[in-house]
Amino acid sequence: MNLSLLILLPLLTAVAVLLVRNAKQVKVAALAGATAQFVLAFVLLFAYYKERATGNAAQMLFEQRYNWFPSWHISFHLGVDGISVAMILLTAFVVIAGVLVSWNVTKMTKEFYFLLILLSLGAYGFFISLDLFILFFFLEIAVIPKYLLIGIWGSGKKEYAANKLALMLMGGSALVLVGLLGVYFSNSAQSFDLLQLSQLNIPIQTQMICFPLLFVGFGVFTALFPLHTWVPDGHSSAPTAGSMFLAGISMKLGGYGCLRVATYIMPEGAKEYATIIIVLSVIAILYGAFATMMQKDLKYINAYSSVSHCGFVLLGIGMLTKTSMTGAVMQMVSHGLMTALFFAVIGMIYERTHTRQVSEMSGLLKRMPFIITVLFIVGLCSLGLPGLSGFVAEMTVFMGSWQHPDAFRRVATILACLSIVVTAVYILRAVTKTAMGPLTAGFEELKDATWNEKLAALILIAGIIAIGVAPFWLNDLVSPGAEVIMQKLSR
Amino acid sequence: MNDFLTLMKPELVITGIIFLLLFIKLGKGLKNETMLLVIQVLLLLNFLAGFFFNAEGTLFDGMYLTTNMIVLQKNILSLGVYLISLLFADWFKKSEHMPEFFMLMLSALLGMFFLISSGNLLMFFLALELSTIPVAAMANFDLDKKRSSEAAMKMILSSAFSSGILLFGISLIYGATGTISFAELPQQLNGSPLQILALIFLFSAFAFKLSIVPFHLWTADVYEGSPMAVTSFLSVISKGAVAFIFMATLYKVFQPMHAIWYNLVMILSIATMIIGNLFALRQQNIKRFLAFSSIAQVGFILLGISSNSIQGTTSVVYFILIYVFSNLAAFGVAAAIAAKAGRENIDDYKGLYQTNPFLSWVLALALFSLAGIPPTAGFFGKLFLLTAGASKGSYLFIIIAALNMIISLYYYLRVIRSVFMDKNDEPLDKIKIEPSAKLGLMICAAGIVLVGLLSWIYDYIQNLV
Repeated sequence: MNLSLLILLPLLTAVAVLLVRNAKQVKVAALAGATAQFVLAFVLLFAYYKERATGNAAQMLFEQRYNWFPSWHISFHLGVDGISVAMILLTAFVVIAGVLVSWNVTKMTKEFYFLLILLSLGAYGFFISLDLFILFFFLEIAVIPKYLLIGIWGSGKKEYAANKLALMLMGGSALVLVGLLGVYFSNSAQSFDLLQLSQLNIPIQTQMICFPLLFVGFGVFTALFPLHTWVPDGHSSAPTAGSMFLAGISMKLGGYGCLRVATYIMPEGAKEYATIIIVLSVIAILYGAFATMMQKDLKYINAYSSVSHCGFVLLGIGMLTKTSMTGAVMQMVSHGLMTALFFAVIGMIYERTHTRQVSEMSGLLKRMPFIITVLFIVGLCSLGLPGLSGFVAEMTVFMGSWQHPDAFRRVATILACLSIVVTAVYILRAVTKTAMGPLTAGFEELKDATWNEKLAALILIAGIIAIGVAPFWLNDLVSPGAEVIMQKLSR
Repeated sequence: MNDFLTLMKPELVITGIIFLLLFIKLGKGLKNETMLLVIQVLLLLNFLAGFFFNAEGTLFDGMYLTTNMIVLQKNILSLGVYLISLLFADWFKKSEHMPEFFMLMLSALLGMFFLISSGNLLMFFLALELSTIPVAAMANFDLDKKRSSEAAMKMILSSAFSSGILLFGISLIYGATGTISFAELPQQLNGSPLQILALIFLFSAFAFKLSIVPFHLWTADVYEGSPMAVTSFLSVISKGAVAFIFMATLYKVFQPMHAIWYNLVMILSIATMIIGNLFALRQQNIKRFLAFSSIAQVGFILLGISSNSIQGTTSVVYFILIYVFSNLAAFGVAAAIAAKAGRENIDDYKGLYQTNPFLSWVLALALFSLAGIPPTAGFFGKLFLLTAGASKGSYLFIIIAALNMIISLYYYLRVIRSVFMDKNDEPLDKIKIEPSAKLGLMICAAGIVLVGLLSWIYDYIQNLV
């Protein structure tokens, strides 16, 4: 399996999108590219299984290395383990759904799809890079498309939101950059290579400075409290596919970076700062949940609940057990699928009703049964109904967290658990109000989902159910990766 | 004799072109369009000639020296001048005195070539004057505009002042060491108070030319008043040349005193970045905006210089190569708009994308490159400057620099937002771009994309150090 295909394919798609003439061809090209990515992600999954089945126990599979800026010891080093494969699958799911959902974009269609594909390129590159320099390169590539997507195709106070998002994310990546440079100059090899760095012991003093820089830097991407403020504005102003990509893929870049880069190469730093991470993530979980209760706009509801759900990712990482970290990755995948679906549904509803205010609509189930059923499914997934992915992921995080016998972590886990009740309140309230009751006047003529919307929703639901009903495959995929990090931690 | 021809080839070629232009002008003269085409071809040949028959060595008892690195630096400047001749074709064609303009510009370029090659403080001073005075005359080239004369006046006064300081510094150095040769100075320098004073005076003169804070006050006014071609020449070519010689002087001549100048460079780098960025935040005029943003960029160049290493030299030269493409592209777009629509304010760019997608994308590429966003080359340039600077291990310095990248992103995005997002019912009309300007913009865009991704360019530069 040649991993550079994962970068080349989006690149070719982007070029194809630029070259073709009319809007129709643009859509077809983008969809073809997204489908190819989707297929490729599954090919990767099966190639990964096959390789592992033949007994290949190497930490990273399908490694490739090309020299790039040799004078700085930078190489274009690619490779995947189970965690990366899981994240790539997630990306492929969200990308194809995002392309399908945006079928009706009429304003500057070509540019829109070009930016979407560029964003996916950044995400794929990020998840497969084993050299921290190119990891950072791909991390930053993904920022500007978001800015333009929100600023041009967004709604509401889009310029403000786009600016805030771009500046906060770039601020985060600036911290990452400083942290990376610190790591680079503290190791004797002067290397950016992740595998090489994991073999070295980075001096404790450097870890004390660089771990927080890297963790907070990546944390901005994944809504680390109190740097989560771009999330509600950014998500609610973005166009549908933009929100899906933001919440589904982009926020996961941060979680992946916190786990793979910060925690993996600086375990002592992680142990030292674990308390603070746990406190901040519990605050994010509870604060996000309570803030959601006060929201009236569907997109804001999902945006704040994303803050809460991404808190579980950070909590899982901060607890530093194998189970909790596996849970964190599962939560990333689960939340990515779920929130993408949620934003897709909100987009569908908004396109028809032209409002996102919960108070302004009711009884929609009668007019659009498919869309509202999907809304129910995604709501139930969000509040953690067994059988759907949310339950599995959050449960794994709690199980991992509970393995610590000390009172502080127990209390933190209990507090985090409490948020589920709050989640149930706001989800059920919003969904029931929208779906049930008498139909709002003026909505009599609304149509149900079109083929592309149905397809997008079904793809994402398939992912959610696949994790919810049979979680073991994801668990088996992710836990060896978490095991490697644990070995480094307990050394 | 043979040495003379090969070692001084870049200067001789430039001198040849200057005389050729003079003869054409004195003779029957040509129509402006033909003349411009001839000049463009000559400058292209000049750039290409830079790659052949190069040698290393010294002339005139070490007054003049050249290495492969210096040749490369001269080539970068030649490339910049060639691009200027392409990008501002509109303005050149309208100008009544175009040959004179190019004669002046090439004289300044000649001065810069001597400047980079100088091996002696006397030579250095003469070359610096030669590279400055013609530019002041060029700044006055919009003859019917008062602001243009004002800019020229400000430029000549401030550079006269800085020349005075420089001469004073040189005489102090001579007094303290008894030599003005770059080769002999390092043995004589021991960090005595008199030498530190001399260093500070020399440093101030460089700071004037590079518009390092607090010697930056002339920059914005001169940039705003001058014709766009002169502004871009000042901000790209002049800056580049002075940065090259500044770095060479610090690294080679003042190496024994590097503990002293490191602090100086660090503090001024931080001040330059912060002040440049803060002033750029609120500028409305695109030229003033680019002036302050280029001050901030100089702060980053200083950051690379502070590393005092091979990587420092490489990353600075690499950054300036990228800076030539990015800044000239930005100026080129601004000039195309100013020439056809007469607008120079950022607010006038609102909705530009609706009517001029090509210009908009080039401008976006250029600004992203200046801001250091991948995959543009500016990302690599800035990152390597930061990495080189970080090798000294001062976290605070690097964090401040990284935060400054965020501030600068804010104001670059402001322009992007005007171009792509803001609604405008009466956007600028579709602008017909001169073919040669279009060619120039495409070269710049290609440079912005490729110089970063093709890593061998960086290695090539490093092998020359």
